[in-house]
Amino acid sequence: MTTVEDRKALIDEVLEAYPDKAKKLRAKHISVQEAEKADCGVKSNKKSVPGVMTTRGCAYAGAKGVVWGPVKDMIHISHGPVGCGYYSWSGRRNYYIGTTGVDTFGTMQFTSDFQERDIVFGGDKKLAKLIDELGELFPLSQGTTIESECPVGLIGDDIEAVARAKAKETGKPVIPVRCEGFRGVSQSLGHHIANDTVRDWVLPKADEYRKLPEGFEPGPYDVNIIGDYNIGGDAWPSRMLLEEIGLRVISQFSGDGTFNEVVMTPLAKLNLIHCYRSMNYICRFMEEKYGIGWLEYNFFGPTQIAKSLRKIAAQFDETIQAKAEEVIAKYQPRMDAIAAKYRARLEGKKVMMMVGGLRPRHVVPAFTDLGMDVIGTGYEFGHGDDYKRTAEYVNEGTVIYDDISGYEFEEFAKELKPDLIAAGIKEKYVFQKMALPFRQMHSWDYSGPYHGYDGFEVFARDMDMAINNPTWALINPPWA
Amino acid sequence: MTDNLDNTIPTPSCGGEDLGQVKDHFELFHTAPYQDLFEYKRQFEGAHSRDLVAETAEWTKGWEYREKNFAREALTINPAKACQPLGALFVAAGFEDTLPYSHGSQGCVAYFRSHLTRNYKEPFQAVSSSMTEDAAVFGGLSNLKSGLENSYTLYKPKMIALCTTCMAEVIGDDIGAYITTAKNEGHIPEDLPVPAAHTPSFVGSHITGYDNMLKSILKTLTKDERSETTNGKFNFNLGFDPYIGNIRELKRILGLFGIDYTVLSDNSDTFDSPNTGEFKMYNGLTTLAETADSINAEGTVFFQKYTTPKTQEYIAKEWGQKTYNFRPFGIKGTDEFLMTLSAITGKPIPLELQQERGRAVDALTDSQAWIHGKKIALYGDPDHVLSLIQFLLEMGAEPTHIVVTNSNDEFEAEARELLTNSPYGQNGTVWGGKDLWHLRSLMFTEPVDLLIGNSYGKYLWRDTGTPLVRIGYPIFDRHHMHRYATLGYQGAINQFNWIVNTILEELDRKTIVPSKTDISFDLIR
Repeated sequence: MTTVEDRKALIDEVLEAYPDKAKKLRAKHISVQEAEKADCGVKSNKKSVPGVMTTRGCAYAGAKGVVWGPVKDMIHISHGPVGCGYYSWSGRRNYYIGTTGVDTFGTMQFTSDFQERDIVFGGDKKLAKLIDELGELFPLSQGTTIESECPVGLIGDDIEAVARAKAKETGKPVIPVRCEGFRGVSQSLGHHIANDTVRDWVLPKADEYRKLPEGFEPGPYDVNIIGDYNIGGDAWPSRMLLEEIGLRVISQFSGDGTFNEVVMTPLAKLNLIHCYRSMNYICRFMEEKYGIGWLEYNFFGPTQIAKSLRKIAAQFDETIQAKAEEVIAKYQPRMDAIAAKYRARLEGKKVMMMVGGLRPRHVVPAFTDLGMDVIGTGYEFGHGDDYKRTAEYVNEGTVIYDDISGYEFEEFAKELKPDLIAAGIKEKYVFQKMALPFRQMHSWDYSGPYHGYDGFEVFARDMDMAINNPTWALINPPWA
Repeated sequence: MTDNLDNTIPTPSCGGEDLGQVKDHFELFHTAPYQDLFEYKRQFEGAHSRDLVAETAEWTKGWEYREKNFAREALTINPAKACQPLGALFVAAGFEDTLPYSHGSQGCVAYFRSHLTRNYKEPFQAVSSSMTEDAAVFGGLSNLKSGLENSYTLYKPKMIALCTTCMAEVIGDDIGAYITTAKNEGHIPEDLPVPAAHTPSFVGSHITGYDNMLKSILKTLTKDERSETTNGKFNFNLGFDPYIGNIRELKRILGLFGIDYTVLSDNSDTFDSPNTGEFKMYNGLTTLAETADSINAEGTVFFQKYTTPKTQEYIAKEWGQKTYNFRPFGIKGTDEFLMTLSAITGKPIPLELQQERGRAVDALTDSQAWIHGKKIALYGDPDHVLSLIQFLLEMGAEPTHIVVTNSNDEFEAEARELLTNSPYGQNGTVWGGKDLWHLRSLMFTEPVDLLIGNSYGKYLWRDTGTPLVRIGYPIFDRHHMHRYATLGYQGAINQFNWIVNTILEELDRKTIVPSKTDISFDLIR
């Protein structure tokens, strides 16, 4: 049998454990990549099966935890009961520069801490009062977003009215984000909702809000970094490369981003998007509304970095193109040396991945740069267009799984015996108990950055330390 | 002989040093190119001037700011409490082959799993009904039916412990009736225990959820299990206690006594399972059989009063069983526990424990000078904070600012009484319902020598420069703390060790600058 057939058989075998209806539902979401197929052949962005352990989060997690949360000089209110804000407090490593609690607020938790009476009588008055109190205590904040939690939508509060009134009163933006956790099937809808609030509440007033730097004149090389949340500082080496090739990054949007950078975005010539899944919506809107083009790039691993730099440079003139070549040539020897060093220890190692928005495809070439082979990959909350984009990156026989359950992931790992699993915190210790090396691909296991040339060095070192960790050899006692 | 030609120093490409010198975020961003980048980026940020930021930062440290801060009524900033289902899933995981199940939208369970996993660095398995908009309109019955069927078939639990989320509570799902329907329709076996607890996030906190779920599990499993005679055992419950070392220490103590016991929710293996190369899904150590039999025990002992009020009332009223409350932390707390245990069981206090007491007191005496009169700020859950206050007082430290976000009047009265009765507690103030941003103002306006709390205290440590001892939940940024005991005499030594050595570390830090502050950089302390 071919690998493809073997793996298809494995999928069928694993799905046998489900009740019939659940089996049918899950079968649509798992497939094997076959040559020349354009889209990986899985269904996606559908409801998770109840009672089956999914790794997905909710719309609130997508809006507050991913898109708005890292805008550092605004206060993001977890509006509703205490839990959602508490659990998402400092959970993502969106690095930023600033004085927390004074001009930046990234690692703080602001909540209206709903009590029973707020559920009964509604929370709008409390919200209005809360925004006044924020003004008293944090005068340097540049605005507020209101992320609504499940009960807010269910009891029918009018947070938009509060937002409008308070924005008028304070002269600062107040943005209502209807990201109740029950909306949609995953955090993905939360990203979309957050993007829509930028479209509806921010960009129409951008000219009014914007503070232009002294002597600022829009230039031909102005670009924005969109959808890089600066996990472990990722956006910084990315920005550095873009500036090295002669571009001017005028907005980092939400990775070490500020509100002013958000309202700077329409001034640029091009939107450069890293996490397509979470922020393609606003890029499409800006293209339609302002005629600003957008380009998806991938800064994981030297092969893709070079490819992306060339693709980006091709949007500009020869000066930029020449500089891009210079920059690639400057870093290539070092990258070759790094790849060679780690290849010696990683060549042929098999990897299974399962991450969120862009990494299930974007990281594949970085592993390939190290001589590693990705044999399974999938998204927590990808859509059809993500899977289409994935086909280009994966080999025939790769197992593709959408919203994979804990059970399926464990069974696949037992059979396919990867040398490394790359997923999130909820999966990490399950696999480590199975003596399988693991790296967290949401938080970089508290390491990073992984983007850009500087990031690839860290990535390579980290994969080596995970796989070649000598403690794996200690698991079986010598007497066994 | 070496050929000199091969020894030429390589020209660094792009400033890179040797290949082993990988700079990650700890160093990379402090290098000149990145510092320049940050400076350049500022022009687009619309940032306030550095002077204004510095001036405002100073203002946040003063009394005027403190008054504004304490005047707020609607806003909560950095609360030291989580929500109910976290406690409910936590207690459920201590029982044999039990699947914690959260009925509501799925984001909650993702958060609970991540949170517990980050503290313990262990897998935490729980499922949800994955409810979405349609459930918001039509109710969660169909999600619950298929959720129970799928999770039962796939994960083969002996018990499913089901709690609700805000969503299920607001739409008014009748989970009791739903479970009955699921059983009647054959989605799960009739005899599968499915204890259920109402745990909305807008009532109480994680400790309330703990209580609700514990009570429901006991109620479900002990139904029709009462016998004529007692089983001669005692039940023990530790409450929302993050230290798995405490369960193991308790079991050791009971073993030394020779007391037959049941630990109600023994999660010591759940959150610290051995690595054998195989993943085991369930590690709760309290069997369903012994839980069922707990109704026939001689009595039930609780270590956390404010975490278990409903359970205690239920046991006393419905089981007619005697309940005891102890805080076996520090010397006096442990003394009281051991003496009463000895009195009610008729067994003498084991010699080994007596010797341990002597060693613990010896350790305290040796180091007390470093802690005497030290002003301390602390925060956490009510019972946890009370244990710490008592322990600090018996060592001559002065608990000064005590912040409990999930407090109640009874707790506050008890805490005040504890402080009033000690010469070291006279300056102590209890701040019920307040959060860590209030504590920040307290610490700036009335500074203390030491802060005790969970990992979130690191922001207070940074802002105020007060050394931090990490005790509580969660501790994300230090490893393996949960493995230790804080309970009993051994636990007293552990906690004391953390406290005293943090003070000594701080002394070293303050006396470290050559020719400036290092006069007292002593080798022997």
